[in-house]
Amino acid sequence: MIGDIIGFIGGLAVTLKSTWREPVTAEYPESDKRLNLEERYMGFPALTWDGDVEEPYCTGCMVCIRECPTQCMTAEMKDNPLYPEESRRRKIVDTFEINLGRCIICGICVDVCSFDAIEMSHEHELSKYERNGNRVDLQSLISMGRSYQQKVGWEPKNPGKNRGTPQVEENSQSAINDAEVTDSRSGEPMEGDECPDL
Amino acid sequence: MQIHETENETDGSIDLMINMGPQHPSTHGVFRLVIWVDGERIIKSEPHIGYLHRGSEKICESEHYSQIVTLFDRMDYVGNLNSELAFCLATEKIMDVCVPERAEYIRVILCELNRVASHMLFYGVYGLDAGAMTPILYAFREREKIQNLFESVTGARMMHNYIRIGGVKENLPRDFQQRLHEVLEHLKRGIEECDALISKNEMFLARTKGVGAISGADAIDFGVTGPALRASGVVEDIRVTDPYSIYDRFDFNIPVGTYGDCWDRFYVRVEEMRESVKIIEQAARDLPEGDISAAVRRIVRPPKGEVFVRTESPRGDLAVFLVSDGTDTPYRVKVRAPSFANLQALEQMLQGAYLADAVLILGSIDLIMGEVDR
Repeated sequence: MIGDIIGFIGGLAVTLKSTWREPVTAEYPESDKRLNLEERYMGFPALTWDGDVEEPYCTGCMVCIRECPTQCMTAEMKDNPLYPEESRRRKIVDTFEINLGRCIICGICVDVCSFDAIEMSHEHELSKYERNGNRVDLQSLISMGRSYQQKVGWEPKNPGKNRGTPQVEENSQSAINDAEVTDSRSGEPMEGDECPDL
Repeated sequence: MQIHETENETDGSIDLMINMGPQHPSTHGVFRLVIWVDGERIIKSEPHIGYLHRGSEKICESEHYSQIVTLFDRMDYVGNLNSELAFCLATEKIMDVCVPERAEYIRVILCELNRVASHMLFYGVYGLDAGAMTPILYAFREREKIQNLFESVTGARMMHNYIRIGGVKENLPRDFQQRLHEVLEHLKRGIEECDALISKNEMFLARTKGVGAISGADAIDFGVTGPALRASGVVEDIRVTDPYSIYDRFDFNIPVGTYGDCWDRFYVRVEEMRESVKIIEQAARDLPEGDISAAVRRIVRPPKGEVFVRTESPRGDLAVFLVSDGTDTPYRVKVRAPSFANLQALEQMLQGAYLADAVLILGSIDLIMGEVDR
């Protein structure tokens, strides 16, 4: 009996201790009380923008579309009008759509991209009233990506290969053609990754 | 609750059939339990599952190996990293891949943190089941710290997709050791606070002691594993009895209960949190430098064959049976989900208990319906 009362008092002491403590909860909608996002936070995917040549990094090579576990993306590529004078990219993305309502934010598209063209942005508050309200097109994906790039000071992971500015001294065309057909991790041509004709 | 009346054939009294769920707030998901009561005593019960069935095992057969990890995240959605680990271990075993040391240590640290987070959630929710509002607030405060740490490492708070075939996705952030140390200090205090809050509370003891007891032999017969089995006095923890990954390098105890009642099942988990913190401390101390992933190609094609891998998830023996036919998608993935097996013993535990204790007994098994239905 005495032991039971001691256990009860022990519990009360714990609650009593927290009575004078600052609250640890943050009241969400208020702008100064939101949780800080970590640097690696994965929000919805967005397309990056190459400010040097004013075009997206994405060439529309479709590797993210094939690897997406939920098939939430579609894309088309076109000939790059800026090639070869202003840009090294022979092909460029024409249309790109992601159904963000279907995206599971797994980050596989970012892993497989050989062009640093897609990144997990910090965008996450995208509630909409329509069922398909979160089908986003190329323009909004790029604007999501640009605000993310500005926020974190984004730099391409492989600038030598993926920057669009033409480099006179290097054999830049062959570099970008090679990148289309090789796997970023192993460097070997992938059997399953047939590349669209360039 | 829907109520039906049937006549009891033995003594002519009226038995009530009570439908608990599938939208009952205490069933921890969409789970339907049909209970027949004679007065206040439960004479028979019947669990109905399948409301959260998504066909994960079948979907696995049409996905690449690297994509399946995301499906395993969603099976046990409270112990995500532990589920990811089970599948990656199976694939690595069939491919005979040697995982780098550093990746193994990172996996152990994160999985044990995940175990603490999972048991913390159980602790809080079990308080609610018993009618105590305070514990869940304390539990979520601790769990939030762990999830913030996960966010800084994996980029996500729940669906990480961080453990990959052959290693982990990316290296730990630079300030990880310091942040981990802070979280562990916080956790140690938090676990003691949580323990002091209700574990010895007289009312809590009266609700849980001697309720829903199951003997060790019965538990083994039903295929119960994990904390629910250890609560019945059986020393069985796959991390010790059949070590996988690098668990044989750490020094920790297996908490064991005595009677297999609800309080034992509750307290085994509280003790297990302390042991997990011990493992994390040892792993963080020994964390080596080096590679974080073996050289594995993006589209994995394991050789023909089959493997069976057992791991200890927060809820018990999570085993994966994987059959490969040499293509880039598996031929069959079978998941032996601990929640599903533990659920089978529910009928035995409920037999003869009071109707008011049904929620407590159900809660003490720590079911995750995403894993039961898959």
